[in-house]
Amino acid sequence: MSNEKRDVLVHVENMKKYFNIRNKGVLKAVDDVSFDIYKGETLGLVGESGCGKTTCGRTIMGLYPVTEGKVEYEGRNVTKLGKNELPWFKKRAQMIFQDPYASLDPRMTVESIIAEGMENFGLYQKPDERKERIYELLKLVGLNKEHASRFPHEFSGGQRQRIGIARALAVDPEFIVCDEPISALDVSIQAQVVNLLIKLQKELGLTYLFIAHDLSMVKHISDRVGVMYMGHIVELSSSKELYANPQHPYTKALLSAIPIPDPEKEKGKVVLPLEGEVGSPINCGPGCRFASRCKYASKRCKAETPELKEIEKGHFAACHLFK
Amino acid sequence: MAELNSSMTEDMFQRLGADEQKSETLVRPSISYWQDAVRRLKKNKVAMCSLMFLIFMILMCIFAPYIYPHEYNEQNIAITNQGPTAEHIFGLDDLGRDIFARIWVGGRVSLTIGIVGALVSLIVGTLYGGISGFCGGIVDDIMMRILEIIVGIPYMVVVIIVSVFLGKGMTSLMIALCMTSWTGLARLVRGEIIELKESEYVMAARVLGTPSFKIITRHLIPNTLSIIIINTTFSIPGFIFSEAFLSFLGMGIQPPLTSWGAMAALGQQQMTYYPHELIFPALAISVTMLAFNLLGDGLRDAFDPKLRQ
Repeated sequence: MSNEKRDVLVHVENMKKYFNIRNKGVLKAVDDVSFDIYKGETLGLVGESGCGKTTCGRTIMGLYPVTEGKVEYEGRNVTKLGKNELPWFKKRAQMIFQDPYASLDPRMTVESIIAEGMENFGLYQKPDERKERIYELLKLVGLNKEHASRFPHEFSGGQRQRIGIARALAVDPEFIVCDEPISALDVSIQAQVVNLLIKLQKELGLTYLFIAHDLSMVKHISDRVGVMYMGHIVELSSSKELYANPQHPYTKALLSAIPIPDPEKEKGKVVLPLEGEVGSPINCGPGCRFASRCKYASKRCKAETPELKEIEKGHFAACHLFK
Repeated sequence: MAELNSSMTEDMFQRLGADEQKSETLVRPSISYWQDAVRRLKKNKVAMCSLMFLIFMILMCIFAPYIYPHEYNEQNIAITNQGPTAEHIFGLDDLGRDIFARIWVGGRVSLTIGIVGALVSLIVGTLYGGISGFCGGIVDDIMMRILEIIVGIPYMVVVIIVSVFLGKGMTSLMIALCMTSWTGLARLVRGEIIELKESEYVMAARVLGTPSFKIITRHLIPNTLSIIIINTTFSIPGFIFSEAFLSFLGMGIQPPLTSWGAMAALGQQQMTYYPHELIFPALAISVTMLAFNLLGDGLRDAFDPKLRQ
């Protein structure tokens, strides 16, 4: 799949997002990240808590202004869109949020939650048409039309997340950033929501940026996977290749930590332990961010930030171990 | 066991399966947030009694002076300091004025100050805190420093300065109280707005391209309304008490007009021999304040989503 030449939908180039922290300095949440998202694919983004996955997704969506670099959507730089052009991007790119309990306004009915985007873009202006479309969307995500007049507190977590998905779909987007859409749900509901997302992708031809920390779920849904560590992408490859043949020491350690649902095998599994402290992303200097925990770390690693290089076709890694 | 097995055949059982649409059905009738809050408030007996009592007090303040045969400033020198009788329900004060009539006239002043003061602090506090929280950054910094300066000035000083310029009385009292009282609510609203501004549903609205003005009116205001209502209910007794306290010190309402605080001040001088002159106005102040506080408690319980069953 990765061999064919495909259309780039989202192009992220040297994107940086720094936060100024009072009296403390600069927190480099996302530091010099570049990647492409192809039309119709799912790009997974994994990494431990606080590594900048969510900030990365939100910066692409324009929720945070970029510090440096650019985000192109269909060739247009969306970080510099004027007031009149912004709706063009917002209609095409949508987002599904992490916490289904916090992402729906508790004072609004499901109907008005879903209709919010339609109103902003003037879609389905006749009340009948709009209602019809809302019912259609509810059906699409596996709810029914009696739910339209309900309030968010009357739903379970999985149902709420599906309302969130319906809200994102209401403006007929092409690209959806899924910001850990399943991490707040329990396992059986996770499968429901992920399968719904896969079904929608097939039916509507959507492109996803799927942010998660659940490695097996990312493997299940993604075509390609990027691994983030403290604001950097350390490895990026097709999903199959990454899980079968991880290259970066951090990815190796991360993948060795996936639990196996078989107690016998789980017992014999070799977990690569990580030593050392996680560095602070505040005011960090040059050098590989992973150097303090990496057993292969050399002098060069502490002085020079490794670049993301193609080590095999379609397989990128940022490590000085690879020439 | 064998007997049991033989009496059951396969065709007696039928696979029902799970209907996907049916499994998502909600049984509870649909109620909005406000309906739910009202329903819970109605269940709260203490809060409902307080509400009834307050409505009764307000109605009495409005209508009692028209019905009751004695005027609040009418003097009956022959029977000063007389205790409660059928003619004068709460008795007379040291100038021979009917206390029952004066309670309701004084109540007008006390309740007006309480309600108007709370409304002004509601409007000013909500706007100030809302703008400060929503704009953030340098605007927020400057607005909060100004607010801290206002908090730093004792309100007694403001009362004295205002009454020097405008003369003692209800107007200057109200202006002075309104100038200093909105700060608490402004801080509360600012904090709430800052929190909501970062919430995921406001973020979702921004992703959907909702303009700032609409985010404020559709998401931020409805979601802060409950704490504003609760805080306002709690602030009314504060105003009533401040008025009573200032009138007690002689800086508020001037005779012949009266208020509960002014009546308590007069009654206090006669306390040893004619306690009824102190008891009735003191009772009016304390029971009304208690009722407002209990109602506020009930509202807080009704609005708090964490207490939702």
